[in-house]
Amino acid sequence: MNTVVAKLQRQFQDYLVSLYQQGFLDNQFTELRKLQDEGTPDFVAEVVSLFFDDCSKLINSMSRSLERPENVDFKQVDSGVHQLKGSSSSVGARRVKNVCISFKECCDVQNREGCLRCLQQVDYEYKMLKTKLQDLFNLEKQIVQAGGAIPQVNIN
Amino acid sequence: MAVGEVMRMEIPAGGDMSVTSPELHVLAVDDSIVDRKVIERLLRISACKVTTVESGARALQYLGLDGDKGASGLKVNLIVTDYSMPGLTGYDLLKKIKESSVFREIPVVIMSSENILPRIEQCLREGAEDFLLKPVKLADVKRIKELIMRNEAEDCKTLSHSNKRKLSEYIDDASSPSSSSTHGDSSAKDFPSSKRMKSEDEKFSSLL
Repeated sequence: MNTVVAKLQRQFQDYLVSLYQQGFLDNQFTELRKLQDEGTPDFVAEVVSLFFDDCSKLINSMSRSLERPENVDFKQVDSGVHQLKGSSSSVGARRVKNVCISFKECCDVQNREGCLRCLQQVDYEYKMLKTKLQDLFNLEKQIVQAGGAIPQVNIN
Repeated sequence: MAVGEVMRMEIPAGGDMSVTSPELHVLAVDDSIVDRKVIERLLRISACKVTTVESGARALQYLGLDGDKGASGLKVNLIVTDYSMPGLTGYDLLKKIKESSVFREIPVVIMSSENILPRIEQCLREGAEDFLLKPVKLADVKRIKELIMRNEAEDCKTLSHSNKRKLSEYIDDASSPSSSSTHGDSSAKDFPSSKRMKSEDEKFSSLL
């Protein structure tokens, strides 16, 4: 009976459940985890890594578009928000996605101040999620290194 | 139209279609790198060969439909494309494929994050096989694959049960649209609306 593994697995499970309960993740993250197996143990980590890179890139370009009050390219911002909403939805990044919904509304009415607030919020949320998931993946690594299997966690 | 051109299936010596399970080669088109990674995995896990491209233009290039001679190697059995893409949209791509005599039989599935009924109707009318709402899940891909495999199996059954005379009759039928066709499934291909109507109902019931 390997109590180290059991303890780590318990930690992992509790942490993952808490991420759902606190609204960081939604069902699509569960769907992504289904696609991961022993042959592709880094799949989820790779997808979210692409997502975070995407966030950084889009936030930078939207920031540039919003920079000068007299010359805001709302079309470009809207396009950025649309892409961000899409990719956050695809990975189950629930809070990021929800900010994008408000963000789009600000874009639609050409509210620069609102957009800037949403931009700041989306930046905060993706970085927060990045940290949380890093902790989650570290737990996964520890479990595997201790010779254990990653638990299938049921959220509902 | 030569039906065999679209789907190269390995037919075993006994001619028993139920034994063979050929791998579909899917061309996935999406401008989002995140979505490309996800759809690629979804398809691979569903035992499909996958090629991903980032735009409609690249998709046409891959198929060799852009005028240049750069056609790829593997035959494509299914195209899955995002709707909203810069440049050529998924709808534009769908139209170009259906306009091509060589590629119009390849089933095309549209994906979109937006549940806009007129958009869905437009795509189905243009000949899309189905419409997937993003984010795409494993169950969606399984369903599509089953649909495509079922259609392909029906096509090949039609072929294998024909003798030479029937085959030439079929080719004559296909080239004269006004003639009444006695080949059940082939008429669905000549008149895509009947097939689309069915998918429309199926799609609507799953969306509403």
